[in-house]
Amino acid sequence: MSSGLRTNRSARLTKGRGEGPHFQRSARPASTEPISEYILTTSGLEKSYRKDKINIPVLRGVDLKIRDGEFTAIAGQSGSGKSTLLHLLGTLDTPDSGTICFEGNRIDNLGPKGRDVLRNRHFGMIFQFYHLLPELTTLENAVLPLMISHNTFRFLRNAKKYRERAKYWLDKVGLSHRLKHRPQELSGGEMQRVAMARALISSPRVLLADEPTGNLDQQTGGEIVDVLRSLNGRENLTIVMVTHDMVLATEADRLVRLVDGRVTESR
Amino acid sequence: MYKLLLCSRYLRTRYIALASIISVMLGVATMIVVNSVMAGFQDEMHRRLHGILSDLVFESHGVEGIANPDELMKEIRETLGDEVVAMTPNVHIPSMLAFKVRDQWITKPITLIGIDTKSYADVSDFSTFLLHPDNRARLDFSLRDGGFGSRLEPAGKAYRQRRLAMELAYQDQIEQMVALTADVSPEEDATDPAASDDPFAAIAPKAPSVESMMEPHTGIVLGISIASIRQRDSEGDVADYFLCRPGDDVRLTFPTAGMPPDAVSDYFTVVDLYESKMSEYDANFAFVPLEKLQWLRGMIDPKTGVGAATAIQIKLADGADLNAARDKLQAKYPPHLFSYRIQTWKDMQGPLLAAVQMETTLLNILLFLIIAVAGFGILATFFMIVVEKTKDIGILKSLGASSRGVMSIFMTYGFSLGIVGSGVGMILGLVFVVNINRIAALVEQLTGREVFDPTIYYFQKIPTIIHPLTVAWIVLGAVLIAVIASVLPALRAARLHPVEALRYE
Repeated sequence: MSSGLRTNRSARLTKGRGEGPHFQRSARPASTEPISEYILTTSGLEKSYRKDKINIPVLRGVDLKIRDGEFTAIAGQSGSGKSTLLHLLGTLDTPDSGTICFEGNRIDNLGPKGRDVLRNRHFGMIFQFYHLLPELTTLENAVLPLMISHNTFRFLRNAKKYRERAKYWLDKVGLSHRLKHRPQELSGGEMQRVAMARALISSPRVLLADEPTGNLDQQTGGEIVDVLRSLNGRENLTIVMVTHDMVLATEADRLVRLVDGRVTESR
Repeated sequence: MYKLLLCSRYLRTRYIALASIISVMLGVATMIVVNSVMAGFQDEMHRRLHGILSDLVFESHGVEGIANPDELMKEIRETLGDEVVAMTPNVHIPSMLAFKVRDQWITKPITLIGIDTKSYADVSDFSTFLLHPDNRARLDFSLRDGGFGSRLEPAGKAYRQRRLAMELAYQDQIEQMVALTADVSPEEDATDPAASDDPFAAIAPKAPSVESMMEPHTGIVLGISIASIRQRDSEGDVADYFLCRPGDDVRLTFPTAGMPPDAVSDYFTVVDLYESKMSEYDANFAFVPLEKLQWLRGMIDPKTGVGAATAIQIKLADGADLNAARDKLQAKYPPHLFSYRIQTWKDMQGPLLAAVQMETTLLNILLFLIIAVAGFGILATFFMIVVEKTKDIGILKSLGASSRGVMSIFMTYGFSLGIVGSGVGMILGLVFVVNINRIAALVEQLTGREVFDPTIYYFQKIPTIIHPLTVAWIVLGAVLIAVIASVLPALRAARLHPVEALRYE
């Protein structure tokens, strides 16, 4: 796909949303890289956890540049800090030092409101343990981000449209036949598909996947990665996937290794 | 939208939370029942207290009373203006009542009240408590034929004539007996009473003639508890046993006006009984015509013919401020210059009303504490639910839900629980109040004990009044407590760090 088309899409995304510029207001370009090329960049990212008064450094200066439309796998051993990196990218946590930029704008120092909007509309997230709400059906779980971004009145007015959109994404991840089921009635692979539909319903720019296959068998995991691949190819979705499974990691366009809290590019 | 959805799902799936609001429900229900019954009691009591007392009572401390009540009433009307609806002069005096029960004289201390039959009915509800329906319509202190109600049969004019006829027949028999025994001693028989040595024989009271005895004396209306004893019969049913009934004669002794007072005494004929169901009144008050009492006590000025009164009862217009009117009169007749005492009916029954009010307040405080305790139950349950839902909170936050949004899930949850709890409690309470007499009957049947002993309480049915405003306040308070109890857990949920919440197992 041409880069011109990409910018078009990005412009539509930011313009089409009322609260879009929230996170852009306080941001200033942190890198001189052209905006269109890199969608997500980090520089000098550090993060440590305190445990019994001892600082345990997890990330020790991560510099990462992720191109728009790229399928990146971040691999590393348990405890290498890959999940922490993903949480930082998804603004679920804040770095001790260093910066994170999204579309050229700093996002690591955003206020809670900006982070909420970012997580709700621009990032999609999937997790190892799927993290579906057990009280809600497949369809309701998938439509949840839209419920969060719209108030009751607006949601109810457009409920039909939104439900159609959820159905569209559920169909896309291959789960159109289980709309009324609760998570506990679904298999692991199906739950992960629901989680993907949920992550994609607000048409995010970036999908952050935290060990999406970690809890699945080889075959199911492979299917999930296939879906990710096709989304990356057809929807031009930027995907950052954290995994410790090297076989799956090689499926990605680019493999980044995380060793001792630092990035080593391998491919 | 997700707040409402999750909230409704939590409501439907988490029954432990519903269990925690049962106490809210019970608290609301009991509060409504207690308040309705207390309001019913109070209203009933007020009606009875007020019924005889009228709105304002203007009393004179002196024995001689207010020399010219008409003049005073005119002044009062000038002071209070249009607020005065009606006024009536009274004479209140302590008195001793005596009547014969099976040849034994029974005496009772009572308060004798002389009333002006024309104006008294305008001021107080006294006449509605009378037993005879004609007297209720218009009381003129004349003895009526029967019709005092089934428990007072026989009574009235016919009863009186029959009773007196029997007494006379009995007396005749006694006389005949005496005459027969007198035949045995002829020398006594021969003596002429007029020529006897006894100087008082000529002026000795003759036995009253039949006609004069048949003629009723001045009428008197007795409180029902003066004239009767309420007790249980052998079967345990409550029954009134009448010592004297309409048609019987009673003898009253009371002090005259003036100093030192002399005791005067006269016969009165009971013409009716009244039952206000306030034992204090029913056991103490007897009513006679004002003029007769004034005349007997020497309260009528021989020159002007104006009768004095010891009190003036005033009825004010509906909605008039009693205390303001009292204060106005007190300002006009300050206690250091006049020997008048001006009170509203509430002042006069102050201790009783205050005690009941205190009881209601205390009960409300205690019951509200129950609901407050229920609030802590909600707090604990909610903390548990928040801990259980920690991961879900992390998920919601990772999807972009704001802290405020997460908080409002639990606040809405608390609010809905409060609504459900107090709503069900309200329905329960109202159903209980509406059917309270049936429930009381059932309890009586089950336990064999009467809930309200009719020898003590004068009502057959438990009176209840539902004040919508009170109900609204109770429900509002309960909902508020549920919401307040959910604030802390909701805050905790809102403050959860998304990463830690997601990691939570």
